[in-house]
Amino acid sequence: MPKMKLSHFEASLLFALLTSIVLGIISKRTDRERLRYAAYCFGYFVVAIFALGWLMYLGHG
Amino acid sequence: MAELKAAAPPRNWIPVVALGWFIPGGGHFLLKRPGRGAILAACVALMFLLGLMMRGAMFQWQTGDLLTTVIYCGGFIGDLMSGVLFLLARAFGYEQPDMAGHVHDYGTKFLVAAGLLNILAMVDAYEIATGRKD
Repeated sequence: MPKMKLSHFEASLLFALLTSIVLGIISKRTDRERLRYAAYCFGYFVVAIFALGWLMYLGHG
Repeated sequence: MAELKAAAPPRNWIPVVALGWFIPGGGHFLLKRPGRGAILAACVALMFLLGLMMRGAMFQWQTGDLLTTVIYCGGFIGDLMSGVLFLLARAFGYEQPDMAGHVHDYGTKFLVAAGLLNILAMVDAYEIATGRKD
């Protein structure tokens, strides 16, 4: 089994992508709505990643 | 507006949920939703494999104070919910000690998250089987 070395950002993006796809698939009724909801969730994940990243950076001093 | 299909009549949900646990996305295949089943299976399997490749630790059942019980027992249940992926990893001797480092830490979370995503897939399959959803 190959070993992966990912940065915080890469790992968070992968997590966000897979979770968003599953949330889109199970939450909505039509394919169009699913795609839109998955993109919406992914966008919010990315915003949260940047917001929390900056918060920790500024909070760390 | 897109026309929605009427919900299928309810059926026995136990084999659907059981198969959904054992093979991620399997419940959807049993309910003749292969597209959704395949995407869910791919997401859960990829999340689990990424966790293994990051050398994430599997939780052991451990009790003690409240926080220890919640973290370790909850983590173990999360790992277990990946079904055959978890069983195969254990059968092939995957044993990773809990080590310091952000990659290992992410790996541990990915392994648990794979199980949690599979729980969502099982709930979805349950709702389809009971006719609450199409």
